[in-house]
Amino acid sequence: MSTTDLPLILGIESSCDETGVGLVRGCELLSDQVASSVAEHARFGGVVPEVASRAHLEAMTPTLHRALDGAGVKLADVDAIAVTAGPGLAGALLVGVSAAKAYALALDKPLYGVNHLVGHVAVDQLEHGPLPKPTVALLVSGGHTSLLLVRDLATDVRLLGDTVDDAAGEAYDKVARLLDLPYPGGPPIDRAAREGDPSAIRFPRGKWGDGTYDFSFSGLKTAVARWVEESERSGSPLSVPDVAAAFQEAVVDVLTRKAVDACRAHGVEHLVISGGVAANSRLRALAEERCARAGIELRVPRPRLCTDNGAMIAALGAEVVAAGLPPSTLDLATDTSLPVSQVLAG
Amino acid sequence: MLLLAFDTATPAVTAAVCEPDGAAVRIRAAASAVDARRHGELLAPGIRDVLARADASPADLTHIAVGIGPGPYTGLRVGLATAHALAEALGIACHGVATLDAIAHASGRDTPFIAASDARRKEVFWARYADSATRVGDIAVDRPADVPADGLPVIGHGARLYADVFGQDADAAEPLYPSAAALGEVAVLRLLAGAELPEPRPLYLRRPDAQVPGAPKRVSAVRGPAARA
Ligand SMILES: [Zn+2]
Repeated sequence: MSTTDLPLILGIESSCDETGVGLVRGCELLSDQVASSVAEHARFGGVVPEVASRAHLEAMTPTLHRALDGAGVKLADVDAIAVTAGPGLAGALLVGVSAAKAYALALDKPLYGVNHLVGHVAVDQLEHGPLPKPTVALLVSGGHTSLLLVRDLATDVRLLGDTVDDAAGEAYDKVARLLDLPYPGGPPIDRAAREGDPSAIRFPRGKWGDGTYDFSFSGLKTAVARWVEESERSGSPLSVPDVAAAFQEAVVDVLTRKAVDACRAHGVEHLVISGGVAANSRLRALAEERCARAGIELRVPRPRLCTDNGAMIAALGAEVVAAGLPPSTLDLATDTSLPVSQVLAG
Repeated sequence: MLLLAFDTATPAVTAAVCEPDGAAVRIRAAASAVDARRHGELLAPGIRDVLARADASPADLTHIAVGIGPGPYTGLRVGLATAHALAEALGIACHGVATLDAIAHASGRDTPFIAASDARRKEVFWARYADSATRVGDIAVDRPADVPADGLPVIGHGARLYADVFGQDADAAEPLYPSAAALGEVAVLRLLAGAELPEPRPLYLRRPDAQVPGAPKRVSAVRGPAARA
């Protein structure tokens, strides 16, 4: 069957600060449009839910237009609608879900409320083709830090571990603030770290070797804060590149170690890394190195697909439709803490 | 003209299908539920149900009228996001109606009064009306004690909540919430009269709550220029 025979899936994402609309057939990406409100949050040093929700409402229709134009299709051509039902910010999720229900109702097409986290894994299919079964997935972003065992994208996703406090991307944002670097903190820390010596300072690795697949970054953040204060008190010059490099090393060391451990423990030979932090150059480099040594095939979607977008939701929608799962009903509720094992909400 | 009206700016989730009937408005079907926490779950099924009871399909609709508040934002946006998406998918016109105007219309009053809804945080959204069809001035948000009621009757859920402040009987506040039937009537009558209706964009009246964080603990140490990205 050629991809033109596969259903055309519209994906809608609004769980945080990106309004995403994507169109997908099977593993083929037809278009992917994102409107971000990140600039409006910058002066607050983090996502302000009300600001994000207002922006989603403003951006939804224009973003849809751009996505349809990009794919050269009409809304009436869409065969099914997938939308992020959770996890995410309550008010933000509601905008996307309300719009998706209205499209489904107006077009008389099935609606699927899907899990944002699993979407981050599914998106890799748009770049590298069908996901090998099973696969371990490491999701790292400003909102999540999770290790998943994915036996089937539509029907069998298990949580192996999660952060017990801050998400990795959140730690980047907080440390960027400590170092007077801009928000969001990932790119500027990555850039600064390239000039620094990662072994100049040994920052703590939270939950290192504790036998779980959980993560903790609040102790690391505190250690960086102490280091910065200490250098201020002693009057010794603070090397931002060294602090950035040492902080980044501590984060990616524990992320890649636990991801590779999880693959080994479950006899899995494929690892996907996705989420906004997957764009981090040091994370990619260290993961490649450790996966190569462990005989694990590493798949990392291009940065554009790693951050929140509608295509990832459409990609998961395509899987769910292909698996023949029942559509959501129009009374679908959003779930701010939808567990990752629940691929389809409700 | 076949118009779908709905409003989610108050604890009520309300939808109606209506059409002109001579110079009046015929309500083909209407339904309301009061549940401040479930706007997102109730609205789409409510719309589907009133359409079915009106013996209409979405493709039969020619206009949408949506309550633009003011009202607590999360619920308010459910209505607006739904309206934008329906209008887009059906290729039909979408108009806004101030939610207080729908409450005022439903009161049927022909003498001056104030309509007030709950703005939370011990405040009300309010406006003054000369009669049920005529708002005088803009909608505002204030503490109940600061609303210049001047002895006028006050209607709406805000009037019920702060009946003691407004010095009137709590039962005098009816109607408490907008009905989509009233909102649809307002829209159809104004469209028939060739009057302008507001854009379907939310009346927020308040800025988002957000604090610009204070400067981080100052670090007076020297920093490399590379870090100033
Ligand atoms: Zn995400």
